[in-house]
Amino acid sequence: MLNVEHLTLAVADPDTGEETEILRGNSFSLRQGEALGLVGESGSGKSMTLKCLLGIEPGGARVGGSIELDGTDLLAARGEQLRRIRANDLALIAQNPHGALNPVLRVERFLVEGMADARGIPKAAAKARAADLLRQVGITDTERVLGSYPHQLSGGMLQRVVIAGAMSGEPKLLLADEPTTALDVTTQAEVVAILDEKRRQHGLSMIFVTHDLDLAAAVCDRLAVMKDGAILEIGTPDDIRDRPKTEYTRALMAARPLLHPAGRAPVPANGTEAHE
Amino acid sequence: MSEDLILEAVGLRRTFHVGRRSSVTALDDVSCTVRRGTCLAVVGESGSGKSTLARVIVGLETAEAGAVRIDGNEVRPTTSRSRLRARSKLVQMVFQDPQGSLNRSLPVSATIDEMLRVHRPDLDRAGRRARLLELFAEVGLTERHADAKPSALSGGQKQRVAIARALAAEPEIIVLDEAVSALDVSVQAQVLDLLARLRSEKGLTYLFITHDLSVVRAVADDVIVMRRGRIVERGTVGEILDRPTHPYTRLLLECAPQPGWVPRRGVIEQLAHQL
Repeated sequence: MLNVEHLTLAVADPDTGEETEILRGNSFSLRQGEALGLVGESGSGKSMTLKCLLGIEPGGARVGGSIELDGTDLLAARGEQLRRIRANDLALIAQNPHGALNPVLRVERFLVEGMADARGIPKAAAKARAADLLRQVGITDTERVLGSYPHQLSGGMLQRVVIAGAMSGEPKLLLADEPTTALDVTTQAEVVAILDEKRRQHGLSMIFVTHDLDLAAAVCDRLAVMKDGAILEIGTPDDIRDRPKTEYTRALMAARPLLHPAGRAPVPANGTEAHE
Repeated sequence: MSEDLILEAVGLRRTFHVGRRSSVTALDDVSCTVRRGTCLAVVGESGSGKSTLARVIVGLETAEAGAVRIDGNEVRPTTSRSRLRARSKLVQMVFQDPQGSLNRSLPVSATIDEMLRVHRPDLDRAGRRARLLELFAEVGLTERHADAKPSALSGGQKQRVAIARALAAEPEIIVLDEAVSALDVSVQAQVLDLLARLRSEKGLTYLFITHDLSVVRAVADDVIVMRRGRIVERGTVGEILDRPTHPYTRLLLECAPQPGWVPRRGVIEQLAHQL
């Protein structure tokens, strides 16, 4: 459904005119319902790749190659066509949920606006659907949350609101940029589980950007390891972990601290039996 | 007090007022001890009180009740220069964001020089420069880094400077508050190696504040797990990470991504209703 070929991004220095290559001719594709993880360290180009897909690359940057979403060339799309693609086909979940919501509007407006204004669903229907969407992401006191302003909700709660908003448009492709990095580990587990469950229920494709290799392995079908703007290798999480093709991937896997280094028993699976 | 204990916190209590009526108890009768030359990890999520504990221990924050003793002497917030100097000789702190302890308009050498002026009055200008280069060599930096401004250094290099700054006081204890949390994994591994080497070479004691349980395995001897201002479980690294007994510790471990990990729903409900 998504086909990216030889994607390049170059930014020119405003003074010298000298160009820096930020993305170096990357190719990858995504099947319907598939989740691809972009993993790598800071500056590797993973977030920049998402920005190119959304057409929000930095001003003055030169994008090359091609990005095709269900046969439509995203790099050639302009104006109304691009707006429609963003509204209907793509949904972004960013690291900071505050960026997605207008701080002076209540959560209800955020969800209803997305459905009513951008997609023409009648307001009353959109309101009913907003509550339903919140229940789907595990929010039970929907009335309180719908009536809240963003600053009144925790980061984990807000990120679930953003996921509900992303789901409201029934997009084809979810773009998740470190969606749980700012959350506590328990909240992260819940939010990632919700994201994974919703994605599978709706058969959505997803690109999941993260620096956390084990997190990416848990929710993605394939991982692309990036370094200095280039995709070094793409493989299943097992391939990347156990049979890395490049020295960099091997070193990256070896560098991460492990909770249970080989040979130590993990926490017993019945560790929380009293609570289930 | 056993002579083995370098740091002792007893019955610490600290409340913050939020708005006019409500308050948050960041530390609720918290006691802990650290043995000389070991690393105690303080683990918890946001709002657990772990950073407040660190700040009380270094004297940046006052506890309403309880006491902190370093080498048997009580530590209290003070404005007296001689007491501040004496305390900073005992305990230094390294923060998550090294930028905060560096002057962005001066080369990083200026920050170290300032520490040396205070703590090594015996050294002249040339002596301080020599000591600075020694400290930089210890943390894996060179003269080239010394004359750079913070903005010219990477995150890992800045954190090394922050560690060199702490070492300049030749402290007994270093409190590390999420000191490796913002670093990329490859850089994080290097800084963790550096901290381990410095500890064994200098017999330093660490209080290591973190939210990341995987890092705990790599650095700590003992662990306390905090939640909402209380210590819910304490033990050795093996006890906490391999044989946890408190349901909250088990939940934290279960939620940490690791090979073969699968996220599951219901964690937040479990936190709200069962813990």
